[in-house]
Amino acid sequence: MYEVRFHGRGGQGAVTAANILAIAAVKQGYYAQSFPYFGVERRGAPVQAFTRIDTRKIDVRMNVYNPDAVVVLDSSLMDVIDVTEGLKDGGIIIINTMKRPEEINLKNYKVATVDATKIAMEHKLGSMAAPIVNTAILGAYAKAIGNVKVEHVLEAIRENAPAKKEENALAAKDAYEQTVLGW
Amino acid sequence: MKIMIRGNESIAYAFKLARVKVVPAYPITPSTLVPEKISEFIANGEMDAEFVPVESEHSAISAAIGASAHGVRVGTATASQGLALMHEVLFIASGMRLPIVMGIGNRALSAPINIWCDHQDMMSQRDTGWMQFYAESNQEGLDLGIMAFKIAEDERILLPAMVGIDAFVLTHTVEPVELPEQKDVDDFVGEFVPHYVTLDPAKPATLGSFGFPEHYMEFKFGQWIAMERAKKVIDEVFAEFEQKFGRKYSKVSAEFVEDADIILVTMGSMTSTTREFVRKLREQGKKVGLVKITVFRPFPKEELVNVLRNAKVVAVMERNISFGFGGAVYGELAASFAKEVKKPKILDFIVGLGGRDVTFNTLQEVVALAEKAANGKKVEEVNWIDVNKEGVLKAEGLQ
Repeated sequence: MYEVRFHGRGGQGAVTAANILAIAAVKQGYYAQSFPYFGVERRGAPVQAFTRIDTRKIDVRMNVYNPDAVVVLDSSLMDVIDVTEGLKDGGIIIINTMKRPEEINLKNYKVATVDATKIAMEHKLGSMAAPIVNTAILGAYAKAIGNVKVEHVLEAIRENAPAKKEENALAAKDAYEQTVLGW
Repeated sequence: MKIMIRGNESIAYAFKLARVKVVPAYPITPSTLVPEKISEFIANGEMDAEFVPVESEHSAISAAIGASAHGVRVGTATASQGLALMHEVLFIASGMRLPIVMGIGNRALSAPINIWCDHQDMMSQRDTGWMQFYAESNQEGLDLGIMAFKIAEDERILLPAMVGIDAFVLTHTVEPVELPEQKDVDDFVGEFVPHYVTLDPAKPATLGSFGFPEHYMEFKFGQWIAMERAKKVIDEVFAEFEQKFGRKYSKVSAEFVEDADIILVTMGSMTSTTREFVRKLREQGKKVGLVKITVFRPFPKEELVNVLRNAKVVAVMERNISFGFGGAVYGELAASFAKEVKKPKILDFIVGLGGRDVTFNTLQEVVALAEKAANGKKVEEVNWIDVNKEGVLKAEGLQ
């Protein structure tokens, strides 16, 4: 079983990203489950969402405590919370940032970076003040982790993005190509 | 067709597939998405129904009663305080023998305010004369939602039913669900047939009128008979569903119990995590089994006694508490064994109240206490797991 935790801020689409990843995983023939951190959602507040992926029916319904990978939609969260909490040693962390992986000071983990904010703005997703980066970051997921292939991610985005389906898919595709792996 | 949906959507799809005609609802966390999704279905022209936005849950269930008495299929959804606000009206629905189906996003009761999962809301409505089903997964939410209409509307029953889906753990979790074909559900559920007088200006009648002491008890005895008969009808409908859709349901289902010394009894979504945990214990050679209760009203006494009687220890895990006694499931299960000569030790474990996560650690602690009891050591009758006992005892002035 592969467990992923998404960190974002309310309104950025972390919950939708977790859902779309689960949908893409199922398209690929896996079993998957996704859920938000069971909290009270407020715009701008830290939000967590989770995806579980497995080759068999998933019978685990507790929270994710030791994810295999962490996806950070907003790097400013890293000043406020420990996004690596519980992350398995050698686990992958994907960060939306202008920085390169070697500029991120996280030992024991594999770091991948992508400027999802820039890509989202290029495709006019959300507003300049609040770009919606969740689809772009899924492209980075497909590149960095690869257990769910980019074509399934794109298909899941096209079917499930609430608006601008093609722009969202293109953002994911651009992010897939621009993601920098630090290993 | 396989779709990826949240538990709330399972309930909405069940209503759509059962061709529910009236949905009066007042939104409340965590079941808000049910009326949202239904209004979307209606707005898109996918569902031919009347959505009645009301000003409270009390009005929602009252409108449901009016609509059902008019002779159509009716569904609604609520949770927690909303269900509690419906309380007095729930008796009217069952007393008038109206087969309304209600989806419940099982959530804790205030105070303190809490929007997360436990079963206190439905358990507190145990004696209102409604049938109660608890889903383990979103698939079960959908299937039980569809079956609830067929069971409730059966001429031998005519009682309303609640289908519980655990707050957030199911209501907000996306997972694969097999969506049945509309024509198959049409064949299975059939058209709504009113069996009693309905509200019709052309044929005036009084419904839900006064019942004097010389009549009242007969009405209650009728409800008792109907609920007893429901045990058999539920089995019939579950069997017919399995034949048509290939998914098996039982009031009580057992796994790994044949040689089990310890059996864990669960209800709702915690069953999944428990199953995974029991698998791990089996790999270690521990004789632990799992029994899931899907139907709590009518209570499946005979089935539970049969499946549990050979265990050394039965550990009931439940997300509700009746202060001054223990958990509701424990109480009923222990009472079911009253006339049995051979009975296991039955222990109660209060877990997962107000959304506290039921984890492998929780289960580990439960099993450790059950093993202690199996070895003849003394264990409390009612055990609170994952609680900061020292802190509370101190606050209560006991330490």
